[in-house]
Amino acid sequence: MAQVSLEGVRKVYPNGFQAVETTSFTIQDGEFVVLVGPSGCGKSTLLRMIAGLEDISEGTLKIGDRVVNDVDPADRDIAMVFQNYALYPHMTVRKNIGYGLKNRGTLAAEIAAKVEDAAKMLNLTEYLDRKPAQLSGGQRQRVAMGRAVVRDPALFLFDEPLSNLDAKLRNQMRIEIKALQRRLGTTAVYVTHDQVEAMTMADRIIVLNAGKIEQIGTPSEIYHNPASTFVASFMGAPPMNLIEAEMGQGQVRVNGFEGLLPVPEAHSGSVTMGIRPEDVVLDAHGSISFRVDILEELGAHRLLHGAIADQPFTVMVGKDHVANIGETRISLKPDALQLFDKTSGQRL
Amino acid sequence: MAETTLDTPIEAHRPRRIKWEAIGDHTVLILGSLLMMLPPLLALTTASHDAVTIHREGLQLTLGDDLGKNFNAAMFEKGGFTQTVDGTLMLMNSFILGIGFAVGKIVISMMAAYAIVYFRLRFATLAFWVIFTTLLLPLEVRILPSYEAIQKLGLTNTYTGLIVPLIASATGTFFFRQFFMSVPEELAEAARIDGAGPWKFFIDILVPLSRTMIAAIFIIMFVFGWNQYLWPTLITTDESFFTLVRGIKQIVLTYTDATIPEHGQALALAIVAMIPPVAIVVFFQNWFVKGLTESDK
Amino acid sequence: MKRAGFDNTWLPVALLLPQLMIIAIFFYWPAGWALQSSFFLQDPFGFGSTFVGADNYTSLLGNDQYKRVAGFTIIYSVLVTFFSLAIALLLAVKADKVIRGAKTYRTLLMWVYAIAPPVAGFLGILFFDQSTGPMTKFFQMFGWDFKLGVDYNATATAMIIVAVWKQIPVNFIFFLSGLQSIPRSVREAAMIDNRSATGRFWQVTFPLLAPTAFFLLIINITYALFDTFGIIDALMKGEPGNNPMTLVYKVYLDGFRGNDLGGSSAQSVVLMVLVLILTVFQFRLVERRIHYT
Repeated sequence: MAQVSLEGVRKVYPNGFQAVETTSFTIQDGEFVVLVGPSGCGKSTLLRMIAGLEDISEGTLKIGDRVVNDVDPADRDIAMVFQNYALYPHMTVRKNIGYGLKNRGTLAAEIAAKVEDAAKMLNLTEYLDRKPAQLSGGQRQRVAMGRAVVRDPALFLFDEPLSNLDAKLRNQMRIEIKALQRRLGTTAVYVTHDQVEAMTMADRIIVLNAGKIEQIGTPSEIYHNPASTFVASFMGAPPMNLIEAEMGQGQVRVNGFEGLLPVPEAHSGSVTMGIRPEDVVLDAHGSISFRVDILEELGAHRLLHGAIADQPFTVMVGKDHVANIGETRISLKPDALQLFDKTSGQRL
Repeated sequence: MAETTLDTPIEAHRPRRIKWEAIGDHTVLILGSLLMMLPPLLALTTASHDAVTIHREGLQLTLGDDLGKNFNAAMFEKGGFTQTVDGTLMLMNSFILGIGFAVGKIVISMMAAYAIVYFRLRFATLAFWVIFTTLLLPLEVRILPSYEAIQKLGLTNTYTGLIVPLIASATGTFFFRQFFMSVPEELAEAARIDGAGPWKFFIDILVPLSRTMIAAIFIIMFVFGWNQYLWPTLITTDESFFTLVRGIKQIVLTYTDATIPEHGQALALAIVAMIPPVAIVVFFQNWFVKGLTESDK
Repeated sequence: MKRAGFDNTWLPVALLLPQLMIIAIFFYWPAGWALQSSFFLQDPFGFGSTFVGADNYTSLLGNDQYKRVAGFTIIYSVLVTFFSLAIALLLAVKADKVIRGAKTYRTLLMWVYAIAPPVAGFLGILFFDQSTGPMTKFFQMFGWDFKLGVDYNATATAMIIVAVWKQIPVNFIFFLSGLQSIPRSVREAAMIDNRSATGRFWQVTFPLLAPTAFFLLIINITYALFDTFGIIDALMKGEPGNNPMTLVYKVYLDGFRGNDLGGSSAQSVVLMVLVLILTVFQFRLVERRIHYT
């Protein structure tokens, strides 16, 4: 078990491309941290630097109390689960799981016992003598987990481990991985581009964009108080509505509209206003006029896609609400309003 | 869907036409197969006749009585100019050349390809080009200077001189390089995290992973080595180093110089020279085809 | 290069060393030596050599015999390439089509690959035997007094036929695997769009096969130029005399039998240039092939 700390870590490739800007954060012992962001945001590079598969250009990386910048991946006491599992195709499940132990000079009897334990934990016992090609996607995923678990490392690293699974299996494995990590209490860093995975699994989420950290926080903080328009639009499905608005005298005026909303802050000028679709209420006496173009039926709720004064806008309503295509009126929950600087996108 | 609704009425109307077309296809294929099969088969049937018959009547369609006799003579009777070489010795030399060449090529080119693909090496690009330039000039083009080089090194009439210069091309290296590039990156990374060093990774993971590729390349290289003619002709003047393919012309010449040429024995020897490479290609057909089409020669 | 390469220095060097050494000794040294000696006139008794500049090259170009050999090489390569490609394509298309016996046909049509060229040449001698050869009799039916090793055209014909026969399997294998890699859905779409099987072949299948065909074209030219040495040597029964021969055979003849080192080296260099042109051509095609897929 260990805490991981990055102090001023930066990654620049020989061709001058800066994959990760100077970054500092600390992951607590036993914490499950998810790095999330669009592809190319530097999340995988960051993970691979922690793993030792990528050199660190600048800064210090500590696992526990040890600076590991120049330590070989094999000696960092980490285990990693890859997107394509990276199982050795010519080895049985038993050998796949035991390979790391064997290389560390563990006694054969001890390897056998540990592999059995790991297999039992992951319901793999009956597959131990099969080769990866004879397993289903979910089983292969478990073998990759087994390979990580069996060594009892200080740190788990996950690189989009669920992206190759179908939706149903992904939901199931999500819960299994989380439960396993809880039980073992091992610190974990998990990379994904899927915001649902990030929200459901993380103790804390780190949102990355273009090599820079946008926000670090618990899933609830990230969802309800996004630090920037990027975080607001990246996290949550459907994403947060972002519309242009004018501010003054403690009120927001939506462009081309009389509807005034009271807000606590004392800013003025043009802003970007954000509100989650579920924080909008259909209200015949509402101050804002909303044109519904498309109705999406999702069973438990419905999504109404349309526009406010020609700016795209989405509203989520419960299944009991009656909604029709055409003009309607809405009101916004004032305490759910988010305001962002119009140019920088930063939260005000 | 559309296809079946379209096709069904057509087929119902003229089932005969479809059949005729298939018969035509099979006829072409059978004729093609005969074209390929017939010459070696005739060689076999002819090899079962005695010298006089063959001399007088040429190729024979039926099996005669002398098959065993001719093979026996070809394999065990000392022949050649010096009367020191028999078929068994040449067969052994052919195996030494075929296997030695294939194994040497695979070992050397796998190592080189591994170094080029899996290491951060400052002069890797240079090494790559130095090696791959050799793809440009086949041995036949530089045959004379290569021979001179071997002579200066005193390697004529040695297995080393016979085998090693044939290995001096990048075909195998190119093939393994392409294969290694297609191995997922994560495999090497997982192995590194599992504590495998470069040598362990090579032996434990990469070599077992390449088994099919090695088999495919082995077949191609074995046949290539076995069938070498020009190089062995130049390098081996001592008959005890003759391979079957190299020796066949010599044997044919001495046999045919006689008043009644021993064509039966010569054919028997030719058949012995065909059997091992043909057998390996036929039995390991899938690997062979894979190796041939994926290595792009 | 892999993104996470190993960092050792001595291991990759040790791994590369055997290959580099073999190449240096048996490739770069001889190739450089050929280039050098093509500018020298070698004393036939081995008492040194004199620098003659480009004389060896100019005398090559003025040599009628060399021109004749070059001419034959061109005709020979074109005919061998054309016939072996055409026959192999026909067989591959049929083998791809039939359902029953497909595997057997494949085996029967490809196994000749494993036969050594001189052995094929030896079989040729028997088939084209002056008095008893079945092929000789076949040509005699058309009034051609076919004399292998005596008549230039007869010998040339025999060489081409044997060389074509020996090359059909390679072309067949490549064409068949090219055909089999055409996606099923594309064929099905073509079946819906075009009722005529011949039309489908020329409009859909053949264009998709074109990269394979281009690649094979180079392979076949290389084969005709270099790999048929054994066939030619066997069919002329060791007596070059008035017989047709290819450029490679002449390099061998002049260098090893005629002891004309300078001239032979100059011929080698000419061949090297030829191969270089072919290879550049091939690389450009391979590049294009990669864009295809």
